[in-house]
Amino acid sequence: MTTKRTHITIRNNKIFKNGVLFFEAAPYLTLKDFLKAAWKNLKVKYPKFYKMDEVSKLGVLAAEILLIDEPHKAFNEEEVGVILSNAHSTLVTDTEHWNSVKDDSNFFPSPAVFVYTLPNIMVGEICIKHKFKGENAFFITEQYDAEMIFQHFNLLKTQNKIKAAIGGWVDQSQDDYLVEMFWAE
Amino acid sequence: MEELIEKLKLQIIEQLNLEDVEPDEIDPEEPLFGDGLGLDSIDALELIVLLEKEYGIKIENPKDGQKIFFSVKSLAEYILAHQK
Repeated sequence: MTTKRTHITIRNNKIFKNGVLFFEAAPYLTLKDFLKAAWKNLKVKYPKFYKMDEVSKLGVLAAEILLIDEPHKAFNEEEVGVILSNAHSTLVTDTEHWNSVKDDSNFFPSPAVFVYTLPNIMVGEICIKHKFKGENAFFITEQYDAEMIFQHFNLLKTQNKIKAAIGGWVDQSQDDYLVEMFWAE
Repeated sequence: MEELIEKLKLQIIEQLNLEDVEPDEIDPEEPLFGDGLGLDSIDALELIVLLEKEYGIKIENPKDGQKIFFSVKSLAEYILAHQK
């Protein structure tokens, strides 16, 4: 049986852990500044965070808070998977990259931007940070389908591929963002 | 030379998103990669883009990169010698 435990929501410059406000920044802050303030609040020494694109930062930030109580320590690295989803893939970063290459007379693509033009990079960043080596997946769906994520987790569990997972939704569009992330075992 | 070194420190911090690094903390002769600032391969590519975009200098031989990007000082020396 799958148990859903800690749950993180990030929206409107607020972070909720199990429905309780965990961190809040001024609503006028840009997503970039909100993410910086939220990460500094955690006091985690990990300079690589600042090099990530915004959607990866959202995922890594949510995972960091999700794992504060260390539910993953009860499992081996190979037993923990990551199953995430969103609707906009890495469209914001893709657009930034496109803007740097669309003009032949001003053609300066940034390698650091280009490497984030795939949504599963976010999964990789979470796995690198927490040394997870289990199965992972990133689905693109129009809306958040928690049931589908659970079904995928249960399938991997039935096949003895993983015993626990980070699951959920990490989405960013030009106008908005939303994170719904949970720990399941 | 000193002015260029200070400018490069600021550009490197901004371009590479070195959030917690202040210009004064960068020793111009300290290695940029490995032990020094701990930059990685993507940072190396970003520095190549910075050199081309900001100073109009293209590195023709990739093997020269290791010497050019050894430190902020070596980078400044290369720019002064090759800027048109």
